[in-house]
Amino acid sequence: MKIAVCVKQVPEGDSRIDPGTKRLDRGGEGALNAFDANAVEEALRLKDSTGEGEVVLLSLGPAKAQDALRKALAMGADRAVLISDDAAAGSDLVATSYALAKALERESADVILFGQQAGDSDGAVLWAAVADRLRLPVVSQAAEITHAGGKLTVKRQTEFGYDVIEAPLPAVVAVSDAINEPRYPSLKGIMGAKSKPQETVTLSDLRVEADRAGEQGSRTEVYALNDPPARADSKKIDDDGNAAQVIFDFLAEKRLV
Amino acid sequence: MSTLVFLEHHGDELLKGSLGVLAKAATLGGGDVAGVVVGSGVRTLADGAGKFGAAKVYVADDAQLEAPLPQPRVDVIARLVRDTGIDTILFGNSVLTADVAAGLAARLDAGINWDLVDLVQEDGKLVGKRPALQDSVYVDVGWTSEPRIALFRSGSFDPNETGGSAEVEDVAVELEDFSSAARMVDQAHEESEGPSIEDAPVIVAGGRGLGGPENFTLVEELAKALGGAVGATRAVVDAGWYPYATQVGQTGKTVAPKLYIACGISGAIQHKVGMQSSGVIVAINKDTNAPIFEFSDLGVVGDVHEVVPKLTELVKQRKSS
Ligand SMILES: Cc1cc2nc3c(=O)[nH]c(=O)nc-3n(C[C@H](O)[C@H](O)[C@H](O)COP(=O)(O)OP(=O)(O)OC[C@H]3O[C@@H](n4cnc5c(N)ncnc54)[C@H](O)[C@@H]3O)c2cc1C
Repeated sequence: MKIAVCVKQVPEGDSRIDPGTKRLDRGGEGALNAFDANAVEEALRLKDSTGEGEVVLLSLGPAKAQDALRKALAMGADRAVLISDDAAAGSDLVATSYALAKALERESADVILFGQQAGDSDGAVLWAAVADRLRLPVVSQAAEITHAGGKLTVKRQTEFGYDVIEAPLPAVVAVSDAINEPRYPSLKGIMGAKSKPQETVTLSDLRVEADRAGEQGSRTEVYALNDPPARADSKKIDDDGNAAQVIFDFLAEKRLV
Repeated sequence: MSTLVFLEHHGDELLKGSLGVLAKAATLGGGDVAGVVVGSGVRTLADGAGKFGAAKVYVADDAQLEAPLPQPRVDVIARLVRDTGIDTILFGNSVLTADVAAGLAARLDAGINWDLVDLVQEDGKLVGKRPALQDSVYVDVGWTSEPRIALFRSGSFDPNETGGSAEVEDVAVELEDFSSAARMVDQAHEESEGPSIEDAPVIVAGGRGLGGPENFTLVEELAKALGGAVGATRAVVDAGWYPYATQVGQTGKTVAPKLYIACGISGAIQHKVGMQSSGVIVAINKDTNAPIFEFSDLGVVGDVHEVVPKLTELVKQRKSS
C-alpha cells in the first residue's frame, strides 16, 4: 500500500506574525508540525499492517522545510517531496490545496493522510479542499483507522457522538491527535534518514500555473493585526512548592471554597 | 451582497450555531439572507428557519443526503451558488461544516477564512475577525474575490428569534460519483454512559498532562472535595481514559460553572469554546507557554501530580475545620 502524508514545517517554539509582511514569521529553526507526527505514525502502522508499501511525505514550504521532513523520515517514512518555490510564498488555502493536489496526482497513493491541524496557523480544513481537487472521498477527525478489503473504516468523534465511516481506496483521511502516540525516532532512524531520497520540485515541475500560486493564486488577504480584548486581573505564578496554597487562598477570596 | 447561511441540523432541530450565524448575517445589511438546509426529510426544518431571520430557505431534500457527510453537500451548494450568484457563504464551525466549507472553496476557487469570531462591514469591505496564535493576536482578514466563504468559531453568535417566515425553494440534487463514495456505517453513537456535567457548579477537568487514565483519581478527588464534577478533553476521551459524556469543548459539552479547574490541559481552541464562559478559571500546567494561561484567571506553572493532591488536602481540611 502506498501512503502519502502531507506535512508542514512550522516555526520552532513561539510563533509570531511579522508586522511588516503580515505573514507568519518563519525565521528560526524549522520543526515538524506536531499534529503531523500523528499522521506519519499512522502511515507507518498502516504500511506495517499490510506488510509492504511505501510512505511518501509531501510538503509545501521553504527550502529549510527539508529539516522538518528529515524528522519524519527519521520516524520511518521512505522518501520526501518538497514543493519549494518563491512564487508559492503567501499561498492561502485555495492556492496551497491546488499545488498539493498537483503533487499528489503524480504519486497516485492509495491513502493520503493529514494531521489534525497546523500548529502555527491553526488551519484545520486543508484535506477537504485537496480531496475535492483530487475527486477522492475524504474523512476527517479519524480517531481509529482499520484497513481491510480495499476499504478504510474510520471511527471519529463529532458533536453528537461517534461516527463510523467507510471509504473505498484511494481516500483522503485526516487523523486526530488522539489516534496514536507518535514514535520517537531511533538513533538508527536518524542516521538512516540522511540517506533517504529528498526531492525538491518547483511549481513549474508540477505544472502549477503562475496565477494559481502564491498571492496571485490566493483569494484571501490580511488587512491588519490588532491586540486581543484584554483579560482583566489574570495572574500567573510558578509553583515553588506553595502553589496549592496560592490557589486555595485565591478560591477562598472568591468564596469558591 | 447576497448571503447564504448553511443551516446544519441534527435529528429534527436546526443547530443553534448555524442559527447564530443566520442572526449575524441579518445584521450585515445590504441584501438578502438565505439559508440552505441539506438532508433527507428536512422540509419542515426549512419552514422553521424563517423565524430566525432567513428571507428565503433553499432545501435539498433527498434520501442520498441522509448521512451528515460533507462531499454531497459540497455538490449541492456549489451548484446553488453557481445558479443563483450568491456571493457570500457562511458556516458555523462543526466537524461537518469545516469539511463542507473547505471542499466548496476548492470547487469554486473561492477564498475561505476560518475560525472567525466576527464579520463586519468596514469601508464597503467585508472584514473577518480572526484570533490567531493562541488568540494572542486578532487578525483582520478579507477576500480578494467572490464568492467568499467564512467559517465561524463555535458559539460566536446567539440566534435571534425575530418571527417571520421564509420562502422555501427546492434545489436540484445531483451528486458527483466520488462524493458518494464514503458511507456512514454507524452514526452519532454515544459511547458509554457517564455523569451529566452541564449543571455542576464546579468542574475539575483533566487532560493528557495527567499522564494516564489511572491518574484521573487526582481530579476525581479534588472534584469531590469541591462538590463538583469531572470534565475531560477530547484527547483523553478518544484515548479511552474517560467517558465521552464528560468531554468539554466543541464536540463535547459546553459548560459554564462558577469554577473550572483545568489540570494538564493545553487549552486548545476547541476545548476553550466549551468552557470560556466559566466564572473563574484556574489552570495547572507545567508548560509556561501553554495557551490555557491566556484565558485563565489564575495560572499555575507546575506539575499536576504535585499541586492537585495538595490542593485537595487543603480543601478537605477547610471542610473539616
Ligand atoms: C474538530 C475538532 C473538535 C475538537 N473537539 C474537542 C473538544 O470538544 N474538546 C477538547 O478538549 N478538545 C477537542 N479537540 C481537540 C483539541 O484540539 C486538542 O487536541 C485537545 O483539547 C488536547 O487535549 P489535552 O489538553 O488533554 O492534551 P494536550 O494538548 O496534549 O495537552 C496536554 C497538556 O498537559 C501539560 N502537561 C503534561 N504533563 C504535565 C504535568 N505533569 N503537569 C501539568 N501539566 C502537564 C502539557 O504541557 C500540555 O499543555 C477537537 C479538535 C478538533 C480538530
